[in-house]
Amino acid sequence: MTTLAPTPETNLLLRMEGIYKSFPGVQALSDARFELRRGEVHALVGENGAGKSTLMKILGGIYHKDAGHINLEDKEVEILNPHMAQNLGISIVHQELNLMPHLTVAQNIFIGREPRAKVPFVVDDKTTNEKALRLFELLHLRLDPTTKVSDLTVAKQQMVEIAKALSFNAKILVMDEPTAALTDTEIEELFTIIRQLREQGVGIVHISHRLEELKQISDRVTVMRDGRYIDTLMTREARIDKIISLMVGRTIYESTPELPENPSQDVVLEVRNLNRGKALRDVSFNLKKGEILGFAGLIGAGRTEVARAIFGADAYEAGEILIKGKPVHVRSPGDAVVHGIGYLSEDRKRYGLTLGMDVKENVAMASMKKFLRWLGWMDFNKAARRGDEMVKALNIKTPSLEQKVKFLSGGNQQKVVIGKWLTADTDILIFDEPTRGIDVGAKSEIYKLLNDLAHQGKSIIMISSELPEILRMSHRVVVMCEGRVTGVLNIGEATQESIMKYATMRSEAVLATEQ
Amino acid sequence: MKSEPQAAQTVLPSDEPKTARSVFRSDAMQRVMAFGALIVLAIGFSLASPFFRTFDNFIGILLATAVNGVLALGVTFVIITAGIDLSVGTVMTFSAVMTAVFVTNWHLPLPIGILGGVLAGTAAGMVNGIVISRMKIPPFIATLGMLYATKGLSLVISELHPIYFNDTPAFREMAMGSVLGRIIPGFEVPNAVFIMFGAAIIAHLILSRTILGRYTFAIGSNEEATRLSGVNVAGWKTAVYTLGGFFSGVAGVLIASRLNSAQPALGSGYELDAIAAVVIGGTSLSGGEGSILGTIIGAFIISTLTNGLRILSVPQEWQMVVTGGIVVLAVFLDILRRRQQ
Repeated sequence: MTTLAPTPETNLLLRMEGIYKSFPGVQALSDARFELRRGEVHALVGENGAGKSTLMKILGGIYHKDAGHINLEDKEVEILNPHMAQNLGISIVHQELNLMPHLTVAQNIFIGREPRAKVPFVVDDKTTNEKALRLFELLHLRLDPTTKVSDLTVAKQQMVEIAKALSFNAKILVMDEPTAALTDTEIEELFTIIRQLREQGVGIVHISHRLEELKQISDRVTVMRDGRYIDTLMTREARIDKIISLMVGRTIYESTPELPENPSQDVVLEVRNLNRGKALRDVSFNLKKGEILGFAGLIGAGRTEVARAIFGADAYEAGEILIKGKPVHVRSPGDAVVHGIGYLSEDRKRYGLTLGMDVKENVAMASMKKFLRWLGWMDFNKAARRGDEMVKALNIKTPSLEQKVKFLSGGNQQKVVIGKWLTADTDILIFDEPTRGIDVGAKSEIYKLLNDLAHQGKSIIMISSELPEILRMSHRVVVMCEGRVTGVLNIGEATQESIMKYATMRSEAVLATEQ
Repeated sequence: MKSEPQAAQTVLPSDEPKTARSVFRSDAMQRVMAFGALIVLAIGFSLASPFFRTFDNFIGILLATAVNGVLALGVTFVIITAGIDLSVGTVMTFSAVMTAVFVTNWHLPLPIGILGGVLAGTAAGMVNGIVISRMKIPPFIATLGMLYATKGLSLVISELHPIYFNDTPAFREMAMGSVLGRIIPGFEVPNAVFIMFGAAIIAHLILSRTILGRYTFAIGSNEEATRLSGVNVAGWKTAVYTLGGFFSGVAGVLIASRLNSAQPALGSGYELDAIAAVVIGGTSLSGGEGSILGTIIGAFIISTLTNGLRILSVPQEWQMVVTGGIVVLAVFLDILRRRQQ
């Protein structure tokens, strides 16, 4: 690889040009572009909502483009459905796992093209299992084809997905955040497979948020922003901060004021040896008044589980929770609210808001009692006054208090949820991925709000998978891996590298049971 | 996997060791539990009443299970796809009426009349499937519509009167005669029972061995992922509801043969017994899980319960209360079992 690959024209596998796609209310792609050569690992990067997944779903026949051209090996193609994409040699490993949990590993891999027995309509499970085993040997995977997928760990399920995608003899393999749930060793194994495939001339599209990782594996990198093509760089020559600035377009953290130091040493929440099956193992930590405590870790590390246990949404088997030094038993979210704990789910639309109701009703939702007169009549005027206060205090952009929250943007929806918990007089706020699905401009506003809340003496737990967010926005960082707390770092000593080290610190015991 | 292939071999089969807990959680356990419950019921009633433990009564239970058992076969497929079919009872009646029209009114040869009756049910199932998978009507609504439509059609076609098979005595022999009794005198087990077991074996083979069975589980497990795997989900869903209609058709012919007539007013309520049998048998209403064996055990639990309570002179109204309790209890036990993780 001392010289560049032969002229792009002869080696070109795929060219997507002028792709437009809109969803109700959103222009997801406008003039998006992408090209891929044979034997190339091409990274596709951009912030959440930049349009990477949408573009790849168009390639995979899952979405239909509104306009544009797709050329595959110099022939224009219309990809109408996933089946067609498969036949053209395009395989996608989706971000969200796309497996049938009740079926076995082999049945999942060969779904839609099951080996048949001689009798019509009858599937040949024996051959299916043998073919799966041969595939695993080729990829050096250790999986039993007859295991039910629901019995596998997330990492193993991911491996099944990849094996499935590769089993099509794909010419193009798209991997959407394949490493999000994997540990370092597993990522290394995955990269070995990717390198093998590159040798064989497969074109690989690699979507990832971990830019360091792209440096290791990719040949070129294409940056997208707000549904548009921004630039394509040779990875070797591109510096990471250059890629970031292309992705962001401006630096989001600049407008956020520096997080002031938290002088308080008052512990408002202490968690001791929280346990629940494999999900939580001896989780202990404390939260101080006016502190933002970051929770870092890989997907499935147990951070959301901790939050839900503290909030009373899930039961825990053993352990103690103390609020301001007093042991409490939180049996339900109702109890949590009484104790002054609020939880802001990563999935606002499902767990945080009643989308069909308006702003003032949502603000009042967690503290209805305050707005009730006798016999359950609601005091709408009082709710409206409170809603109005929140709209002003939090700078919620809404045409009126009667606006249904489903018509608000992600950032403003998040503010409504914050308003809901402030109305309920909560002192402890648990934010689960506070800026997921929120556009760049609104992000810095949410950060400012977190700052203000902490400054006013609220205590905040902030679960986030974005390391820059953790590093910028927390006083201390709790790192979790496989249900355990593997490290608690003061912000001064925390770096992306130190956090990742703790986030992948698997215990010997766990490794042993999985071998 | 460096140098010890042997070690790798021994650990390959399972990710976690088979503990008592994981055995308890397994799907086979559900069937064992259901079968255990059936045995306990049978022993309990046998101890409580000498009339229960007679040969004739056991034959009665078998016969009473036949129609509901066949209906429940189709419902099992539908529920495994996370769907529902409320129309199986009235589609059964519709098939019975059509069979009577073909045989008694039109004087068609018996085999052709029977085939026509089964096809009528199959066609109704196919309409269900098309409405659900192409028009995207939720299964609950689509099959509720079919429930009313076939109920009405049966009454219209029969002009509100039962149609008898008095000209064709061979028709009644089909379900109520006993081939086994002719071979082994004294064992007068009606053919209907063997028709049910035969249908169950076919259903089991379809569910566990064929492509249709595989996609039935796949759709119920994760419909979107199945679609993204290039499977024609709409087509296979239509096939599942069509199969449901086919089994309703078979049940229609069976019940007509048993009653020697097509009773157009009959049929409502059968769908609930069928769904209850499927659910008691451990098929999950959220899809992806279930078995024919479980369904047949479920159907037997219901008919044994009804039979035993009747022999103990429990009024019919109270029999329903008990059946309702059993359905809820069965699902509750299943939820407890799944929670053990």
